[in-house]
Amino acid sequence: MTRAAQVTGGGDRATVWPALERLLPQVQKPARYIGGEGGRCAKAPDPALVSWLFVYPDTYEIGLPNQGLQILYEIINERPDGRADRAYAPWTDLEKLMRANNIPLFSVEHHTPAHAFDVLAFNLSAELTYTNLLNCIDLAGVPVRSRDRYGDDPLVIVGGHCTYNPEPIADFVDVVVLGDGEEPVGEITDVIAGFLSSGSSDRTGLLRELSQLDGVYVPSMYNVVYDGPRLVGIEPRFPDVPGVIRKRTVSDLADWPYPKNQLVPLTEVVHDRLSVEVFRGCTRGCRFCQAGMITRPVRERPADQIRTMVAEGLQRSGYDEVTLTSLSTADFSGVEDVVTGIMNDADGCGVGPLSVSLPSLRVDAFGVDIAAQIQRGRRTGLTFAPEAGTWRMRQVINKLISEDDLYSAVEAAYSQGWKRMKLYFLTGLPSETDEDTLGIAELGRNCVEIGRRYTNRASTTVSVGGFVPKPFTPFQWFGQNTVSELQRKINLLKDATRRAHGVNLKWHDPKATLAEGITARGDRRLGAVIEDVWRRGGTFQEWSEHFDLDLWLGAMERAGLSIEWYVYRHRTEDEVLPWDHLDAGLHKDFLWTDWMDALEEVGLPDCRWTPCYDCGACTGYGIEHVVASASPPAGGSQGTPGPRRPGTGIPVRLGASR
Amino acid sequence: MRVRVRFSKNGPIRFISHRDVARIFERALRAAGVAVAYSEGFSPRPRISFGLALSVGFESDAEYLDVVVAAPVDLEALPGRLTAALPDGLAVEAATPVAPGTLSLQQAIVCCEWEIEVLNLTEAALARSVTALLEHRHVMLERERKGKQTTVDVRPALLSLNVTGPTADGVRLAATLSTDLVTIRPDEVISLLGHDARLGRARRLKQWTMADGQRLEPLAAAALRRETTHVRDLGPPGSPAAQTAAAGR
Repeated sequence: MTRAAQVTGGGDRATVWPALERLLPQVQKPARYIGGEGGRCAKAPDPALVSWLFVYPDTYEIGLPNQGLQILYEIINERPDGRADRAYAPWTDLEKLMRANNIPLFSVEHHTPAHAFDVLAFNLSAELTYTNLLNCIDLAGVPVRSRDRYGDDPLVIVGGHCTYNPEPIADFVDVVVLGDGEEPVGEITDVIAGFLSSGSSDRTGLLRELSQLDGVYVPSMYNVVYDGPRLVGIEPRFPDVPGVIRKRTVSDLADWPYPKNQLVPLTEVVHDRLSVEVFRGCTRGCRFCQAGMITRPVRERPADQIRTMVAEGLQRSGYDEVTLTSLSTADFSGVEDVVTGIMNDADGCGVGPLSVSLPSLRVDAFGVDIAAQIQRGRRTGLTFAPEAGTWRMRQVINKLISEDDLYSAVEAAYSQGWKRMKLYFLTGLPSETDEDTLGIAELGRNCVEIGRRYTNRASTTVSVGGFVPKPFTPFQWFGQNTVSELQRKINLLKDATRRAHGVNLKWHDPKATLAEGITARGDRRLGAVIEDVWRRGGTFQEWSEHFDLDLWLGAMERAGLSIEWYVYRHRTEDEVLPWDHLDAGLHKDFLWTDWMDALEEVGLPDCRWTPCYDCGACTGYGIEHVVASASPPAGGSQGTPGPRRPGTGIPVRLGASR
Repeated sequence: MRVRVRFSKNGPIRFISHRDVARIFERALRAAGVAVAYSEGFSPRPRISFGLALSVGFESDAEYLDVVVAAPVDLEALPGRLTAALPDGLAVEAATPVAPGTLSLQQAIVCCEWEIEVLNLTEAALARSVTALLEHRHVMLERERKGKQTTVDVRPALLSLNVTGPTADGVRLAATLSTDLVTIRPDEVISLLGHDARLGRARRLKQWTMADGQRLEPLAAAALRRETTHVRDLGPPGSPAAQTAAAGR
């Protein structure tokens, strides 16, 4: 990516559209490839600008709504010295035609070849997309291993939740960004702009300079030391390269009202509505939840900014539905006022009913009341996530919802006209017994029974996923359940719901859970496995029609790696974890204590309204929770409004005793 | 008030589906501040009805939709306002109020004119194929409907076929194809023109309704006063088409 190479390689910058257009009649869903979205930025290709291609390594329908990618796309395009396009993984039918016709990965804005950009920036939200990451790099005409890239090859940069353990993909990427990307993308652009204007072709020098930026990890600047299967350490190769890389955190969301022009696709995508992020972070402390741990602390957007973003976004896009996104939107401190304000603003426009949706509901009647208030237009089913079937199990995972909470929520929903509920659960959790597993079926049956009082058509979908322990959670030391154990638990649930009329059981394939487990907590040696799976055609592993566990098992065997070692064994307190050189803001001893508390079935209430547990997320960064209200929302930080009934009390361990 | 709108779909946006077009118009109407009427019920839906579907990949100068509005709209300004709210390649050309009793678009359209690009055949070869095809009194076409093979005589749907000259990559065929009773799609026409023929671009130029035995453009049909119309050629009384049409009124 030297400027000279780009200028002389001008032919590369030409659009692939004429060639692509001839192929589109032969593929499924050609609208995936034409671009043309409302809100897109179409800054023309210009060698004077630092150019980013933001790539989502899955289909257009899944990738387009991704808010992180849209935010960074706008931030780069707003810079006078930068421009950004977007690309998505082509489906297998088009990929075949592209390879046969020598068409590289292209941007949807100008259909410019991917290798003409300075940066290929990937959003990694799911481990099973790793083989698609390699495929996209390869389709771009760029060597898949970073050590094979030279002068005019683009930099491959990754961000997103998966990058909290980037070691399995460390050999394929040049740069990893940890945490919120809003600030680092600008800093990286500055460094690249300086590099390009210097006329240098010293790629290693550029990478070394980038490694000095906060929150930026350059895997090639580190040596990995092993002792047999055991990881000994990951050490910087140079004195100026940091030994620990700390995640980046935007301290005030009010400074970042993005996306300002949310993309409005021409064809149907998975979240086809306006999205406005109301806060980032979560302090409920669910112990299985990586997102909740790594995004701390809570940073709320000011209520008036939310209203403005919603009103302007609806006006511009014509959407009749807005989602207020966050990890737990009903916990937003001003949620009722914000929702009422949004509905009033919409009523003033007179262009039809507006639906406000929340990505997941709080499990109590308060959550349902909000849902009833906001779903004036189209009503969808309601979704709750109790996550576990018994109170004991929910204490272990720190999802402190009582059965009364759930049943009052379900009752409120059926009584207000909903006929379908969806309940999300995990199985394969630490210390889970068959009683806990069967509790899932019990909850499902009881919900349908409540619904029958209101409608004969009451039904409840019980959706069960296999638990995959993730880095930077208290469960990072836990040995994942085997495929056969997960299958046995699913079979228990199948038997228990077979005759339960109205209960629809759905489950995630335990084989895919294993593949996710292999990649989630692996070290750098997993790179050979991912490349092997990809070279044998294993793309789109998130898709059941393409997922193939045998590819993964074979690749592990060929690499001489043990599933038992990487997935099934419990890790020990003293062992070096592959992400120990990264800092997600959480003290390792906080996580370990929380893991021990879990095994003792001790719950830990939300720290927004209780004393600090010193997890590290605030104190280490000199920032605080940004909440508009110092008191918990109606209903308390968890559960039912009003004083707790006897017998449902949460065992509290005081933060001060720590 | 019901309003009928004519719009075009050209360029790369031809690759989006009929459903996609519907969603885009719902959004564009809201963004343009048009108060669309909604259905009643648990899940209110905007009252917009589209005419014949246009297959993915085909362009058109003559697509139609009917929309019921809850408040008066300035019909003169409507095409410009909607076009401004629509993505590149979709443009509203005209709008007119729909007189009470007008047949729905689905019921009223009897045929469409097409400009079809045929690849892989010379102009002369295409002309020979077309002449030969039209000489047949019956043209049997196999179709798969819901997994079942059926054979249909599509000859009555071929109202006219004329070779009109070369395009950049092939030969242009002007076709008028019935959408009433017996129907046929442009890609099916190509399949009848011999082994080698391939479909290039296809563009719908016009859609027609019938009134007083005359072809009438759907906006003109919407503007007609009902008591003088619906003399559509319905076939013998009691035939399926006549019953459908009667039910529609």
